[in-house]
Amino acid sequence: MVGYIFKRVLQALPVFFGTTLLIYFMVFAMPGDPIVAMFGDRGVNQAVYEQLRAQYHLDQPFLVQYFYYITGIFQGDFGTSFSGQPVGDVLAATFPVTIRLALMAVTIEMLVGIGIGLFAGLRKGKLFDNSSLVMSLLLISTPVFVIAFVFQFVFAIKLGWAKPTVSGAAGFTELLLPAVVLSTLAVAYIVRLTRSSVIETSGQDFVRTAYGKGLTRQRVVRVHILRNSLIPVVTYLSIDFGVLLVGATVTEGIFNVPGVGRTLYQAIIRGEGPTVVSFVTVMVLIYLAVNLITDLLYAVLDPRIRYGK
Amino acid sequence: MANRNEHFVADLAASEVAEIDAVRISEKPTNLYLDAWRDLRKRPMFYIAGVLILAVTVMALFPGLFTQTLPNDNCLLANSNAGPTDGHPLGFTRQGCDIYSRIVHGSSTSLSVGLIVTAMTMAMGVFFGALAGFYGRWVDALLSRAGDIFFAIPYILAAVVIMSVFSDYRNVWVISAAIGIFAWPSTARVLRGEILRVKQADYVMASTAIGVSRFKILMRHVLPNSIAPVIAVTTISLAAAIVAEATLSFLGVGLPTSTMSWGNDISQAQVDLRTAPQVLIWPSLALSITALAFIMMGEAIRDALDPKARAQR
Repeated sequence: MVGYIFKRVLQALPVFFGTTLLIYFMVFAMPGDPIVAMFGDRGVNQAVYEQLRAQYHLDQPFLVQYFYYITGIFQGDFGTSFSGQPVGDVLAATFPVTIRLALMAVTIEMLVGIGIGLFAGLRKGKLFDNSSLVMSLLLISTPVFVIAFVFQFVFAIKLGWAKPTVSGAAGFTELLLPAVVLSTLAVAYIVRLTRSSVIETSGQDFVRTAYGKGLTRQRVVRVHILRNSLIPVVTYLSIDFGVLLVGATVTEGIFNVPGVGRTLYQAIIRGEGPTVVSFVTVMVLIYLAVNLITDLLYAVLDPRIRYGK
Repeated sequence: MANRNEHFVADLAASEVAEIDAVRISEKPTNLYLDAWRDLRKRPMFYIAGVLILAVTVMALFPGLFTQTLPNDNCLLANSNAGPTDGHPLGFTRQGCDIYSRIVHGSSTSLSVGLIVTAMTMAMGVFFGALAGFYGRWVDALLSRAGDIFFAIPYILAAVVIMSVFSDYRNVWVISAAIGIFAWPSTARVLRGEILRVKQADYVMASTAIGVSRFKILMRHVLPNSIAPVIAVTTISLAAAIVAEATLSFLGVGLPTSTMSWGNDISQAQVDLRTAPQVLIWPSLALSITALAFIMMGEAIRDALDPKARAQR
């Protein structure tokens, strides 16, 4: 167990350094001199220019700059946003909202996706199965911002069931519509994944044995089929977290949810390159952390991983 | 009665034995791709997707066949967000341009981004995936870790950063490269896994035994036998690339607004969602149907190329 955790964390390190190096390189390659930009229209004062360059380590070679940047990240310094606020502070203010939204979306994904997928898988080839497959194809091929606009228009503006935009408080009921939108993409995949997984599990010997023992259908489905079909779904949820983050950027932007995604969205819209990069870095780090934690959870849940290879 | 004494064992008809012994050999020559092709022709999904893809392709190549109205001519602000009129079946945009004509003329942008990204991810994915899977050892370790790094950055976020860096050079090629550079690892992973499986096959060992060079084995035997899942994944990723372009344009880091694209049209229509939803709905619908066509085609191909999935149906 300890060995596995150690190995997995060790594996995550090169990816961590690789991704940050890659993103940092892209910023490094960004055209334009940020120090000159700081002077604005006033013209460059050479002495101040040199001092600022030294202060931000811009006179150092690329790898040294990267080293300063990475030590900054370890000390919780993610850089400064365009308006002069430390990115760390902005994160502290906005992150809880995004977490709430993401958790709501994942809950909806799991409930709806697994429910429909299980139902469709148990009735393979029937009307419900076929129609749920068609629906999932439609959802997969529609970009999340289109879904967001359509839902906003239909449910908030036409029907008036929810408010079209979210207030600063971002309460539970307000977040419901954005969470549903955010969940739509993954729901389609979870339905299909659960369905094929249920079909495959239903054909296994242990399911026949369970029926042979005289267990009720309800118990076989709940304990034997469903539980064994959930493994790929959980894997998918952790891999899909990146898509969720991108979706959150778009959804939070459209519904004005005061989270990390909206901050990134507004920075992108306004063309604030450095802010965009710091937030993308943070999101990638969150994504890596989530994947690492899921893998470690597997070790807890699955004895084969704990002891074997 | 007399007959009964002549036969001490059950009568074995000669023809039956021959039938049991005969190895069933199909008359038609067959291989994986021919089988898949025969299977595809039986599926309605393949035809629906095929017709849609054909329609979009013709639309992109010859927009004049579909509309006589030029997209940016005769844009009258008097028509701003107006509904359909004679000769303008879908109405007008905020700038008073014909929506239908803009959709027809915008199709080439979406399609070319999709095709360029697909060509890029296919080339990079096959190259790196084949090297990693076939040569193994340190090549595999190096390429797989590199792939992990690119895989760890969600490709739309990466494209946002790249497009911010290249904010002065936004065109179809740059946006395709921005999407493609981070999308290849999934293709490489699929191919690598498949090659690891195919590498164990007897014909590979036989080729090694008769002294065929490693590179020739890879090109002649391993790659053709492991490319099938890549084809399916690639078709589906074409749809993902089209959606990614629209998402980037929607975020304002895609193509410049002077370039006609569905993503740009959707992005510009969002301010008028409350008063004129149709301006947003039509290009969105065009985008979704195109993406849907490629996803359906990819799924049909995947099912057809996978004998296990064929048997399950």
